[in-house]
Amino acid sequence: MITVENLSKSFTLHNQGSAVIDVMRGANLSVAAGECVALTGQSGAGKSTLMRMIYGNYFASSGSIRIGDLDLVGAEPRQILALRRDTLGYVSQFLRVVPRVATLEVVAEPLLAVGQDREAARARAEELLRRLNIPQTLWSLSPTTFSGGEQQRVNIARGFAYDYPAMLLDEPTASLDPVNREVVLSLIKEAKARGAAIIGIFHDAEARSEVCDREIDLSGFGVGAAA
Amino acid sequence: MTPLLSVRDIRKTYGSHVGCTDVAFDLYPGEVMGIVGESGSGKTTLLNCLAGQLTPDQGQVVFGTREAGPRDTLQMSEPERRMLRRTDWAFVHQHARDGLRMNVSAGGNVGERLMAVGARHYGDIRDSAADWLGRVEISEARIDDRPTTFSGGMQQRLQIARNLVTNPRLVFMDEPTGGLDVSVQARLLDLLRGLVRDMGLSAIIVTHDLAVVRLLADRLMVMKDGHVIETGLTDQVLDDPQEPYTQLLVSSVLQV
Repeated sequence: MITVENLSKSFTLHNQGSAVIDVMRGANLSVAAGECVALTGQSGAGKSTLMRMIYGNYFASSGSIRIGDLDLVGAEPRQILALRRDTLGYVSQFLRVVPRVATLEVVAEPLLAVGQDREAARARAEELLRRLNIPQTLWSLSPTTFSGGEQQRVNIARGFAYDYPAMLLDEPTASLDPVNREVVLSLIKEAKARGAAIIGIFHDAEARSEVCDREIDLSGFGVGAAA
Repeated sequence: MTPLLSVRDIRKTYGSHVGCTDVAFDLYPGEVMGIVGESGSGKTTLLNCLAGQLTPDQGQVVFGTREAGPRDTLQMSEPERRMLRRTDWAFVHQHARDGLRMNVSAGGNVGERLMAVGARHYGDIRDSAADWLGRVEISEARIDDRPTTFSGGMQQRLQIARNLVTNPRLVFMDEPTGGLDVSVQARLLDLLRGLVRDMGLSAIIVTHDLAVVRLLADRLMVMKDGHVIETGLTDQVLDDPQEPYTQLLVSSVLQV
């Protein structure tokens, strides 16, 4: 489902003396449907950078990133938008929303984007918010004022609302209490069971061994930190 | 899928000064594109050229019309272009007073655009006007008041209602949240995003506010000195800018 070949990335900082920073060279990985793969390596090894390149958020300097039929390297913006809408989900570490939009709407939005009807989308959003123990009194409020842990759970609910065939998870269990951590792990297992290909970053080693089938150590592809 | 708007080789000069040049892009149905850049970078000149408010020196602005398919709007007759501006196109000005008739009631401002496309039944027009005032969160009780009695944020929302009442397919916006305080901006952004999604609108938004484009635009075009220097997905351009000027622009934003 997800295939990365010979991927390299460097940043050119034009306003800091045109410094060129190589962060990744020759990265390869592939993830099949129903499989969950963990990215490992110390801070600076390029885990988040790789994740962002796979989401199309960062440009790749060279190589290819294939998700389904699309190669993201060199793809048109609208192809990437369609991929994000229909195929590729991303649970980031931070929730970014339009102020004033109710939590229930935030969670239902990915479903509305693929054309599901409003009732079904709301029902699914309610189910997820309930599972993730967000009190019903908060559903009609904007998540911008919520605590860090609550925002994280809203973010997870939103990420899992639609059944994406491929998913990227950036520290999905960070800052969660044990009960909610279990809920998130079971959401990940359910996604695997329905055939989603998942790439995750988990600092929580127990969570990692519980849901991941394989680990890929990025230190080998790094240039600076690992050298 | 065919583009809704296909722009080729647009150039506009003011004497020897270049307003904008070498601009080309395709906009697809349902897409929202942001144009960012500092004052004087040519973004408003470009928007005005696209929307038929200014005549460019050269180039093509091909719009997918409902009846006749793709047509170059720069080659249309003035009445044809005026009709397009009243029906399939909408233009939201930075200053609401440029887009509103200040001495006509709120309901009249919305109704006028309907009448321009042939609506004649007073009751229907008033009902649509009331419906649209509700959608932009203006109380129906204010339908007979003039916009001069409205706050800046309300005037801006009224301008949006006036523009969208004819169900346009393409909306041009020039700094739609400029000059509004932040809570009003948030409300307007929320409103615009909902309308874009529910009505399947395409939009081109000129702004210097990167937070606005991050929330509203799918794609971004960065302009400097009349040239387009970088384009791409909004989050790509903002998170991994490639050009020196874009890096400067993004890193200059104050974090809150």
